Amino acid sequence: MPAPKRGMTSFYDEVQEIRTRYPEGTRSAILPALRLAQERHGGWLSRRAFEEVADALDLTPAYCYSIASFYDMLHLDPVGAHTIEVCTNVCCGLVNAQAVLDAFERELGVGPGETTEDGAITLRAVECLGGCSTPTIVAVDHRYRQSVTPEDVAAIVEELRERE
Amino acid sequence: MSETIVRVAEGPGLVLAGFDGEPLTGLAAYRAVGGYDQLEKARAQDPQAVIQELIESNLRGRGGAFFPTGRKASFIPTPDKIAKPIYITVNADESEPGTFKDREIMLKVPHRLIEGCLIAAHAIQSRHTYIYIRGEYSQEYEVLQAALDEAREAGLLAGVEIVIHRGAGAYICGEETALLESLEGKRGQPRSKPPFPAISGVYAAPTLINNVESITTIPPVLAIGPADYAKIGAPPDSTGTRLFCLSGNVERPGVYEAPHGITVRHLVDDIGGGLPDGHTLKAVMMGGSSFPVMTPDDLDTPLDADSLGKKGYFIGSGVVTVIDERSCMVQFALRVAQFYMHESCGKCTPCRVGTRWLVQLLRAVEDGAARESDFDLMLDVCDRIIGKCLCVLGDSAAMPVASCVTKFRDEFRAHLEHGGCPFGADSQLAGLFAPVDQHPHTAAPEEASA
Repeated sequence: MPAPKRGMTSFYDEVQEIRTRYPEGTRSAILPALRLAQERHGGWLSRRAFEEVADALDLTPAYCYSIASFYDMLHLDPVGAHTIEVCTNVCCGLVNAQAVLDAFERELGVGPGETTEDGAITLRAVECLGGCSTPTIVAVDHRYRQSVTPEDVAAIVEELRERE
Repeated sequence: MSETIVRVAEGPGLVLAGFDGEPLTGLAAYRAVGGYDQLEKARAQDPQAVIQELIESNLRGRGGAFFPTGRKASFIPTPDKIAKPIYITVNADESEPGTFKDREIMLKVPHRLIEGCLIAAHAIQSRHTYIYIRGEYSQEYEVLQAALDEAREAGLLAGVEIVIHRGAGAYICGEETALLESLEGKRGQPRSKPPFPAISGVYAAPTLINNVESITTIPPVLAIGPADYAKIGAPPDSTGTRLFCLSGNVERPGVYEAPHGITVRHLVDDIGGGLPDGHTLKAVMMGGSSFPVMTPDDLDTPLDADSLGKKGYFIGSGVVTVIDERSCMVQFALRVAQFYMHESCGKCTPCRVGTRWLVQLLRAVEDGAARESDFDLMLDVCDRIIGKCLCVLGDSAAMPVASCVTKFRDEFRAHLEHGGCPFGADSQLAGLFAPVDQHPHTAAPEEASA
């Protein structure tokens, strides 16, 4: 499949291309469509985003909402421009996950699930990310950082603040 | 920030064959170690003969259920018996806490996974494969997609369509029927079985569902031949090698390929370098967080399904997570229960409500606010979950909790006598935050952005 052409095709057209991967008459394109809509709408699914997805898939916005509300990566409320997700499941926890999360809370001045006042960064605690041998795993804008320690935290935050 | 250790620790490298530290992501590199040779060989064979080879090898599912891969393929009706397309879905929704092997397969030997898919497609005469990859795996998705594009351009797919479908964050979608629901564009809630996926899977059509590692093991099984494969490991039931996921309080955590049958002690002490800083082993999260925890007296148990099964353990997805003496087992059980409470899809009452009960009771124990009778109440709650739901997510909360309550009852009791956790801040798991307690995002105030 060709890589998504950002900004070149409309959301509607792009979803039609996604639909061709699945048999006609099925709703399989909804997860990719919701992910794409979220990407296009600042990281979360607004009412307008649901309407666009529904329109492109011939579904109702309510149905699309019922799907989005099931999945952790689909957000129903505004999020920051960047996200920091700290794994706090047991494997990372056994090493230093809580200390890493605490360090991010101190550095950002917000708790897990919250966004900094300037709307720049959302901090989140997440379940096992599947990187258990290099704790703590932190997903920074959905890219994994391995073996993160509390000492790495300030640099990660600074790096994000410098991005755009 | 260190790299994951991924290597063949012992015995023949099969899943990791040809990988010596440099990822085999390019087609030419994979070809250079015999890549796609088995596909060519298989395509020259009768499909049934390929299934027969898988049956003879006794390759079993590496996702956790250990179901014979060849037999599963044999349940799929042949195209002449059914007027529907036949599907393969690869379960790449790796989410079991402590499991990180499928991710490494996709990063290090993605073409072997694709070759396995194509051989399986030939064996069951399917032209449609969906690889359902967990939504959080971005880099893994990109590496696998690039390998797939390269294979397609090289003409290797030969009319078989492989689509990589990305999830969106839901542990339950690793359960096979929940995965199918999710793939169909629904909420990922498990289905009632029967009908089984082999008869009515995705889009109500026959569907073969296999874990990434199981599929990736198919080319090496054919390469060395089923008879020789069946001699490796702990035959007759636990044949071959697998990728063990070693983590926790251990000197050299990593993904280690080794034959079934090595002991837990050997993996932890010899391959993993033992525990750091003179700490002592207190428990092992064996198979994944969904199973009973192992106590030190069982460390000489061979890592094969029979030996583990005789002692009430499970091999699961090959997880061995070491917990040293500093950790409080009440905190461990609580954190595990919180995970399952968060991930319960809510369809079956015993799981939806029972996991919440377990969290409340464990929190009371941790705070020293429980009573001795609450231990039996917890075991009773576990009993009322196990085997009473559509899928095993509830069981997966109940089994580890019940094993902690039973095996570490003295430690649980000490919380009551002490009026709280006797470990204090010494336990690494103290106060470990769980996403289930996470508040919804607070919106950035309008005036801040103005």
